[in-house]
Amino acid sequence: MSKRKTDRLLHLVVCLLATRRYLSAAQIRQAVPGYPESDEAFKRMFERDKEELRELGIPLEVGAEDGDELGYRIPRQEYELPDLHLSPDEAAVLGLAARVWQRASLAEAASGALLKLRAAGVETDDAAPLGIEPRVDTDEPSFPALWQAVRDRNPVAFTYHGVGSTGAARRRLEPWGVVSRYGRWYVVGYDRDRAGRRVFRLSRITGDVVADGPAGSVTVPEGVDVRAIAFDWGEAPAEPRSATVRLGKGAAQGLRSWARNLRDDGPDWDLAELSFRETERFAQYLARFADHVVVLDPPDLREAVIQQLKRALT
Amino acid sequence: MTGTSTERLARLLALVPYVMNRPSVAVDQAAGVFGVSEKQLIDDLNLLWCVELRAPDPYCPIDLSYEGGEIIVSEAESISRPLRLQVDEASALLVALRMLADIPGLRDRDALSRVIAKLEKAAGDATSAAGRLSVQVDGGGDMTTLVRQALDLGRRVHLTYYVQGRDENTERDVDPMRLLLVEGQAYLEGWCRRAEGVRLFRLDRIADLKILDVAARVPAEAEPRDVEVGLFQPSPQDVRVTIELAPRGRWVADRYPCESVEELGEGRLRVVLRTRDTRWLRALGLRLGDQGRVTGPPALVAEIHADAERALALYGSP
Repeated sequence: MSKRKTDRLLHLVVCLLATRRYLSAAQIRQAVPGYPESDEAFKRMFERDKEELRELGIPLEVGAEDGDELGYRIPRQEYELPDLHLSPDEAAVLGLAARVWQRASLAEAASGALLKLRAAGVETDDAAPLGIEPRVDTDEPSFPALWQAVRDRNPVAFTYHGVGSTGAARRRLEPWGVVSRYGRWYVVGYDRDRAGRRVFRLSRITGDVVADGPAGSVTVPEGVDVRAIAFDWGEAPAEPRSATVRLGKGAAQGLRSWARNLRDDGPDWDLAELSFRETERFAQYLARFADHVVVLDPPDLREAVIQQLKRALT
Repeated sequence: MTGTSTERLARLLALVPYVMNRPSVAVDQAAGVFGVSEKQLIDDLNLLWCVELRAPDPYCPIDLSYEGGEIIVSEAESISRPLRLQVDEASALLVALRMLADIPGLRDRDALSRVIAKLEKAAGDATSAAGRLSVQVDGGGDMTTLVRQALDLGRRVHLTYYVQGRDENTERDVDPMRLLLVEGQAYLEGWCRRAEGVRLFRLDRIADLKILDVAARVPAEAEPRDVEVGLFQPSPQDVRVTIELAPRGRWVADRYPCESVEELGEGRLRVVLRTRDTRWLRALGLRLGDQGRVTGPPALVAEIHADAERALALYGSP
């Protein structure tokens, strides 16, 4: 069954590539073996075949010679992979890039691409160029659907539970791009309900991502840089301020690496300056160093740390 | 791709140019490259050889043989070139290449930019979507160059390494094995002579690295870590820690690998983590404040209280 179908599709491709003129469905039916007798059945099968060729990325051109009925052909120009001459080091790098993706969708796409490039004569071996073994994991369950939506410019809807909210909410998004930074995945786009740009972290999406409109209906605005949007945290944070802190001798290494003006302050302590922007956030960060850090100044930061520590006792 | 018949068609369309673009291809070699059995490959070749268009005049466009195990395609005009790249295919390669090009200190960096340019040209329209998928990694900055040097020279290194969980700088000699990029971070994998085991060192936590005048000697029993199963591999001896999180503390579930995550209603969560060393969880307990609290095991809860009390005492606060 499947062999007959492959055989028919192969004939169809060869036939449509070989022709310069558009071939009508009737002509195709004569040239390609394996189509059924009944007109109705032929029509249905031919429709499915065309769809399968398109899914493989085979460009099917529809047109007509003067006065003729509508026909089909595959333009060679658009079918063929252009010549690609790679030096051995370039081929090795390409081979490495094809092994980066670890899971389904893109891993399959990468090996499919590599096969075509090999077919074009590129020799990739198992050499390890660059001196690094890179891997990118796309194990977020929502990744395949979101990438597909971005690729096909398809609006989507999903359920999202953001940090700080008391419940999950349905979100409708025109997705512009999928971005990963330091192993975390985000989708960027236009939120239809909030009427503005939004960024969603994939790990906070629950359940399925579903289409919410036709493919091709998302327009990514001119000049949009999805990477820049994903990591633009909105309003500019407050002006930096300086804090004076005591650091336990030999302790608080995580602060010492960026502290300024580190100096001695008796047998048990050092003094240092740290710069910060948001008092609350910085107090949370400092609290984790427990009794290895004491804030001397400014008073509001000192008070915030005291409050933060007290919360751990309640 | 839907079903096996389209997959097979894709293979057939690549097989012909693969053979034509090489002086000589053996059946077993081609089977290996295309990931199928020799029997399957011969089946494929027969299918190609039998292509016959019936109209207007009967005609066989493909002529090939595989006598003696060597494949020869003598005629295949229409499918002699591979099909161009699909959007997914071009994107998968380009996004990976661009990610690698952002990492400083690698070998063959000029080959990377050349291959990106050539691929963009060859893939044409299929490249447009690749700009809408981006992977940014912390390649380790200047440290990558140093680590690469040590690996190329095959020399032992001395590391000052910051262990975040304990808030300590540690000193150790390491015999480098390889440079890895996993979960968006660059790591040096090596034989740690202090721990006498294989360890991963995140490049952004290496405070200092000196290349020693000693050849690296990685013991034969040193097994590279299987990063396939994830960087964090819990062991049965680990402590199970329970944390209850307010809505604002939900980020904890994103940041750390949790054994279980349970919704408690109103946006609150209960997560269970496994850890060998609870010191970082004491720090997390203080950092969370009203975003959440560690609720077990009791010994850890008591430690967090004691930490907070000692710290508050320094402020003259009860």
